[in-house]
Amino acid sequence: MSGGVDSSTAAAMLARSGQSVVGLTLQLWDQTRLAGKHGIPDAPKAGRCCSIDDVYDARRVAEHLGIPYYVVNQEERFERDVVRPFVDEYLAGRTPIPCSLCNNHLKFDQLLKTARSIGADRIATGHYAVNEYDPTRDGGRGRWILKRPADLAKDQTYFLFGLTQEQLSRTLFPLGRMTKPEVRTVAREHGLRLAEKPDSQEICFIPGGDYKQFLTAYLEEQGEAMPETAGELVASSGEVIGRHEGISNFTVGQRKGLGVASPSPLYVLNIDPASHRVTVGADAELATKTLHARRLNWISIPALTAPMRVRAKIRHRHEPAWATLEPAGADEVLATFDEPQRAVTPGQSAVFYDGDEVVGGGWIF
Amino acid sequence: MDANATTPLLPEVVEAMRPYWMEVFGNASSIHRQGQEARKAVDHAREALARLFNCREAEVVFNSGGTEGDNTAIFGLLRAGDQLITTSIEHSAVLRAAERVAERGVEVTFVGPRPDGLIDPAEIRRALQPNTRVGDSRRTLISVMLANNETGVLQPVEEIGKIAADAKAFFHIDAVQGAGKVAIDVRRIGCHLMSISAHKLHGPKGVGAMYVRRGTPIDPLLVGGSHERRQRAGTENVSGIVGMGRAVELAMESLEDGTIERLAKLRDRLEAGLLSVEGTKANGVGAPRTANTTNITFDQLEGEALVIALDLKGVAVSGGSACHSGATEPSHVLMAMGLDRHAALASLRFSLLKTATEADVDYVLSVVPQAVERLRALAPA
Repeated sequence: MSGGVDSSTAAAMLARSGQSVVGLTLQLWDQTRLAGKHGIPDAPKAGRCCSIDDVYDARRVAEHLGIPYYVVNQEERFERDVVRPFVDEYLAGRTPIPCSLCNNHLKFDQLLKTARSIGADRIATGHYAVNEYDPTRDGGRGRWILKRPADLAKDQTYFLFGLTQEQLSRTLFPLGRMTKPEVRTVAREHGLRLAEKPDSQEICFIPGGDYKQFLTAYLEEQGEAMPETAGELVASSGEVIGRHEGISNFTVGQRKGLGVASPSPLYVLNIDPASHRVTVGADAELATKTLHARRLNWISIPALTAPMRVRAKIRHRHEPAWATLEPAGADEVLATFDEPQRAVTPGQSAVFYDGDEVVGGGWIF
Repeated sequence: MDANATTPLLPEVVEAMRPYWMEVFGNASSIHRQGQEARKAVDHAREALARLFNCREAEVVFNSGGTEGDNTAIFGLLRAGDQLITTSIEHSAVLRAAERVAERGVEVTFVGPRPDGLIDPAEIRRALQPNTRVGDSRRTLISVMLANNETGVLQPVEEIGKIAADAKAFFHIDAVQGAGKVAIDVRRIGCHLMSISAHKLHGPKGVGAMYVRRGTPIDPLLVGGSHERRQRAGTENVSGIVGMGRAVELAMESLEDGTIERLAKLRDRLEAGLLSVEGTKANGVGAPRTANTTNITFDQLEGEALVIALDLKGVAVSGGSACHSGATEPSHVLMAMGLDRHAALASLRFSLLKTATEADVDYVLSVVPQAVERLRALAPA
C-alpha cells in the first residue's frame, strides 16, 4: 500500500470481498536524507510516491477498511538492491530502471517473503497487469502467464518481466481488468478519500526528478568522489567535435545539454564507459535494427530454444515493435526488428510480447 | 506483552477521574468554589506524588508527561558554557534535547554502557570537568535514567548521586520506566530533578510529574500563567492529575504487596521459555533489572516481521523504536551495548503488565517458537 489510489483500491476490493487482508507499506527510502542538497527539493511535492504523507494516507485507508496495517522497514535492502545499482549504472554510462529492480528484489521478493512469514498466502498490488494460470502450457505442465492489462495506457507489465513462476503464483493484481477511471470510481464507491489523488510519476527516491542532482548528492553523502569520466564528444565518423564533463550526464537519444553547436539537431548515439567517448549524430542515426539482452527471465515459455516472432518494448514509453527473437548464447538473446527502432539504450530492459502475453524480457547491453 | 510502551487505566483510576470530567469541572486556578474543588483534587494528588518521590509537596510539578520532564530538566537548567553528562542509552526525549543544547554551546558528553547495559559511575566521574575558575557560575547537569525502557536494566543512581554531590553537579533522573516498578526516594538517591509519566503506571496518557528540588535554578519550559508556582504554565489537567495521583497510590501499594516478586517469576519463566528456542540470547541479563522486562535477540530473522507475525497471533511486543513512518529503527540502546545493527533489528522486548497471568505466559510460549521457525524457513535474514 503506497498511499496511492491504485493500491488503496486493490486493498479495498479484496477486503470487501471477504478475504483476510493485511496492509503493508514498505519504508524504502528516507525522503529527508538528501533533501535540500545540490538542488534537491525539501518538501515533498504531489506526484511522487512514498513520502510520510503517503504513508499516512495508506494507514488511513487501512483504518477505513478495518484491516491490520504495518510499515516494514526495507531501507537497507532498497539502497543495496535498487539505489546503489542505479548510481553505478549511470556512472557506467547506462540508463537504469530502478522500478524493475524494486519489483524484482523488494516488492515481489522480500515483500512476498515477509508476507508469507507472517502467515499470508499471497500478496496483492495495485499494478495494472493480469496474471493467470494456464494448465495447458509447456506441454501440459502448466505455466503462470502475465498479460497486458485492460488499460494499456497504465500498462506496467514492462516493469514486471522479472517475475518468476513462484512469484506469479502468489500474486494478485485486482486492477488488471479495469481502466484508471474505473479504478477511481471504485475508490469513490468504497469511500476512499484519496480517489482523486494524482498519480505519482517520478522515481520515488528522487524528489524533483533530477537524477544528476541525486547522483552528486548521494556520492557526496557516501564520501565518494564522482568518478572522473570526462571525455571526448565524437561524431559517428569518429571525428572529435568537443568535450564533455562526464558520461553520467548523458543518455542515448538525448538531445539537450550536448554543448555542441550544430546546424541540425544532434542526439547521443552511444556512450562508451571505457574510453569515455560519447558519440553523437543525427536523428536518423539513432535507429538500430538489433538489440542484445541478457539476464533474461521467461514467463510464458520456459526458455527460448528457437527463433520466435515477438513484439519488443525497449522502454516504458514505447510502442512494442515487431522483431525476431533468437537465442545468442547462454542467457543472451538477439532481437532483430522489422523496422529500425530509435534509441535502443543499454541499461533499459527489453520486454517481449506475444499478443497480450509477456513472453519474457532481459536487460539491454 | 508491551507494558513498557504503555499500560491501561486501572478501574480505580477511572473511577477516581470520573467526577472531574463533568461534575467537578472547575479550573483549579479559579478563586470560586468550583475552582477550589478542582484545586483540592490536584493538591490531593500532589500529596501522593510527594510520597512517591519522598519530597515536599512544593517540590512536585505536574506536566504533560515524561518527554516534557526530560526536556525541562535539560533546556531549563543549561546555558551556553555549561556541561551536560548523560548516557547513550537514554530515551530520545533526553538525547534530542542534549543534541539541541550542544548546538547552543553546552558541552555534552554521552557515556556509553557496558555490554550488560549498566552505566559505570566511574565513567560519569571521568567525564566531569574540573571547575577551575574561581567564582565560576558554570553549571553541570548529570542526566541518567533509572530503568532502561528497552532492557529493564536498573542504573546505579545512588552512586551517581554521590558523584554529583561531590562535584556540586545537578542530577536529573528520567524515572519514567522505573517509577512504579522500583521504589524511588529522591533524598536517598540525592538527585535534584526527576521525571515520571502516568501512563506507564496505569494512569492516563498526557500527564506526568517532576520532582524539582527546592532551590534548583530551573527555567520553566512553558510560560504564561503562574501555575505550579510558576514552574509550569497551563491550566491543570485536573482529571489527568487525579488519575495519576490514584495510579501512583496503587503503584506504591503494589511495590509492597508481592506484585513485583510475582511478576519477576512470570518474567523469568517467560524468559527461560524463549531462550529455549534455538539461536536466542537475552540482553541485559547480568545487570539488575525491573521485574517485568526481557529483551531477546532471535538469530536469523528480521525482528520486524516477527513482531508482525506475533501481533497477528494476538501477542503484542516491541522491537527497536518506531520511526516517524511507523517502520522500525534498530534500538540505539542495544547498539550502544555492542549489538550490531542486524542483531539490534532482530531483538524483541517482552514487558509484562502487572496484571499478566501464567496463562498469558503459556500462550506466548506456545506461539513464539512456531512463528520463529516459520520466519527462519521462509525469510531468513
